[in-house]
Amino acid sequence: MIYSPAPLAVTVFALFVGLTLALSFYFARQTRSSSGYFAAGGSIHWFVNGVAFAGDYLSAASFLGICGMIASYGYDGFLYSIGYLAGWIVALLVIAEPLKRLGRYTFADALDSRFQSRAIKLSAGVSTLAVSLFYLIPQMVGAGALVKPLLGLPHWVGVSMVGAVVMLIVVTAGMVSTTYVQFLKGALLVVFSAVLTILILNRGFTTEPASPGYRAPRMTNSVQNGTPLTAEALGLTGSGILPAEGPWLKSPYLRTKDAQTGIVTVWRQMRIDDEQSRYYETQTLTKTPDDRELVNGLPHGAGPGETDFFPVGNITRLPEREKATGPLGLIKFFSTLEESEIMLWTKDPAKIVEADGTTTTIYYPQLTAGSDVLLPGKSPTFSGIRGSALGPKLNFISLMLALFGGTASLPHILIRYYTVKDQTAARKSTVVGIATIGFFYLLTLFMGLGAMTSGVIDVTSANNNMAAPLLAKSFGELLFAMISAIAFTTVLGTVSGLIVAASGAVVHDLLTSVGRMQMTDHEKVRAGKWAAAVVGLLAIGLGIVFEQMNVSFLVGWAFSVAASANLPSLVMLLFWKKTTKQGITAAILVGMTSSLTWILLSGDTYRDVYGLPPASAWAPFSQPGIVTIPLGFLVLIVVSLFTQPRSGGAIRQTT
Amino acid sequence: MHIGDHHAPSGAAGEADDDTPLIAARNARTGMKLFAIYLPLYAAFVLISAFAPDRMAERPFFGINLAIWYGFGLLGGALLLALVYSWLCRVRDAL
Repeated sequence: MIYSPAPLAVTVFALFVGLTLALSFYFARQTRSSSGYFAAGGSIHWFVNGVAFAGDYLSAASFLGICGMIASYGYDGFLYSIGYLAGWIVALLVIAEPLKRLGRYTFADALDSRFQSRAIKLSAGVSTLAVSLFYLIPQMVGAGALVKPLLGLPHWVGVSMVGAVVMLIVVTAGMVSTTYVQFLKGALLVVFSAVLTILILNRGFTTEPASPGYRAPRMTNSVQNGTPLTAEALGLTGSGILPAEGPWLKSPYLRTKDAQTGIVTVWRQMRIDDEQSRYYETQTLTKTPDDRELVNGLPHGAGPGETDFFPVGNITRLPEREKATGPLGLIKFFSTLEESEIMLWTKDPAKIVEADGTTTTIYYPQLTAGSDVLLPGKSPTFSGIRGSALGPKLNFISLMLALFGGTASLPHILIRYYTVKDQTAARKSTVVGIATIGFFYLLTLFMGLGAMTSGVIDVTSANNNMAAPLLAKSFGELLFAMISAIAFTTVLGTVSGLIVAASGAVVHDLLTSVGRMQMTDHEKVRAGKWAAAVVGLLAIGLGIVFEQMNVSFLVGWAFSVAASANLPSLVMLLFWKKTTKQGITAAILVGMTSSLTWILLSGDTYRDVYGLPPASAWAPFSQPGIVTIPLGFLVLIVVSLFTQPRSGGAIRQTT
Repeated sequence: MHIGDHHAPSGAAGEADDDTPLIAARNARTGMKLFAIYLPLYAAFVLISAFAPDRMAERPFFGINLAIWYGFGLLGGALLLALVYSWLCRVRDAL
């Protein structure tokens, strides 16, 4: 779809970014030591830190990706919400307090606190960098996706803008300003998501959404299956049916040409029952050999004689055949949807390619029972759980395991435990974080289902990443501007945290500990800022290169690598006295390389990255966690048992 | 076992010092007990979704299916456990 910038949206956006930068410069004056730069001097209040946890964690993937996935497929996006929050229980109940006692600045500090081992610092530092970079890519891709409709700028400009602003934030003030940016963004995100949810419930469901540009697709009269089709029988007077030739012959589509305008419309058959069918209008993108683009039969554009895709997504039938429900309560919202019928749109994966090289991509509607979108297994990612094959079920379990174990293993989340003064504050922060994040995740289901049924879905957006901001647009331009600006600061906050974590790993783990560079406190901060700038530039480059990649796919990747590389070492260090430094190093390296290798050899990567048939992939299913997380534990146990010091216990008791 | 915590401000006056090994060990045990409650609930959710997805379509209360109830239960349960944990640890801090 074509987006043009609205002055109000641009103004609100500029205000948000300006406020973020002002906050950053204000706190820059307070940061002088390396402790201040990397860990905010342990000075952040637990409540601020808790909301900042939410700001850090609720990334572009959470806000844009989950809402988008729910808007596209329903419950399946909510599975991510459940998995992400469950991961916080591991963080709070198992990892938070012991970790706070062990560390100083980085994840590697914590792991290495009992062994002065360069190998641990090196492997943990590399693992932190790897996970941070993989987590950065989807954030940057999300930023590009946001800026496009908001400011009408191309993807690479959006990515570069985020990179530049974040580098400015991180380089000026480090962890203090990063924390306050995350606090601000976390609070705004939850408050405005709640506002949006209240508006959705207050509006209720309707079969005729009033969103700007929305219209229901046209449909024909019902006809007997197998009988010859005529324009009259279909109720399409004034149009002629084009003969089904070439690639159209065996397709489920019917083409008509308007006698007056000459516009060609493509229709798709939808069976009512065994005897009757109806044809529904589709949306098409046709590319001619001379590089012209036609949308729904007309030149693509916003000028006279041109057209654009129309937004879609609506309820076609409400219980009792009502037209609108009016305001709904929390329970009635779901029970009404259970009894309704929804029109979802799908992109036909097979393009129609004609002999002269003209290609047509078709987006078509599907009538779906509301009860079906409120169940797991509707999306292509999870559809295997409704089948009988074991592989897709293991793939699903593997992803849910990675989400469960991944949160507690993410370096940029772990460093937040060092920004408060003691374990009590770390615990309280985590509880506030869980409350904030959990409340937000509850709202994702309302926002996603609201977007699905409000006539705001852009059929051309593969991941529907803009579903939540576009839903806000259906309530007015101001809310759209606010939600988009908050989403943009969401990206800023998360990217800032990731860059601080990565630069901390470079300075403390790789330069100081492994490289044994002697640096003063001032030099450490300077090196950290240089590292932040380099990581920021790298993230901009990757964000541009990976524009077409699925954001959720990349986040799942980061979680799997984090859980496989870091979780075994963290858990065993805290709870198994025979853990040795060799065991930790081996577990990190094996966990990281095995999960990365598995992902690179998986069907999803074959299809989305290499463009190869997924069936030829080596890995039996795409998500590695169910294999590589236990492998990490096994390697740690075996190597530790073989490398026990002669004096007895492996963990040196330090007082 | 107080290692590597070099942050300048220690606990504020009047606040319990939960860095002591005794309290830390109690808190860790409490955490593991509560974790032992949540883990099977999460595992059951994942396993039912994977191997008996039809069960998730059943509507036990108010016309809403098990998938929604269970999902909201896991989110709400996480918050409840976090609050219980925080409360139990605070009681011990004060001992």
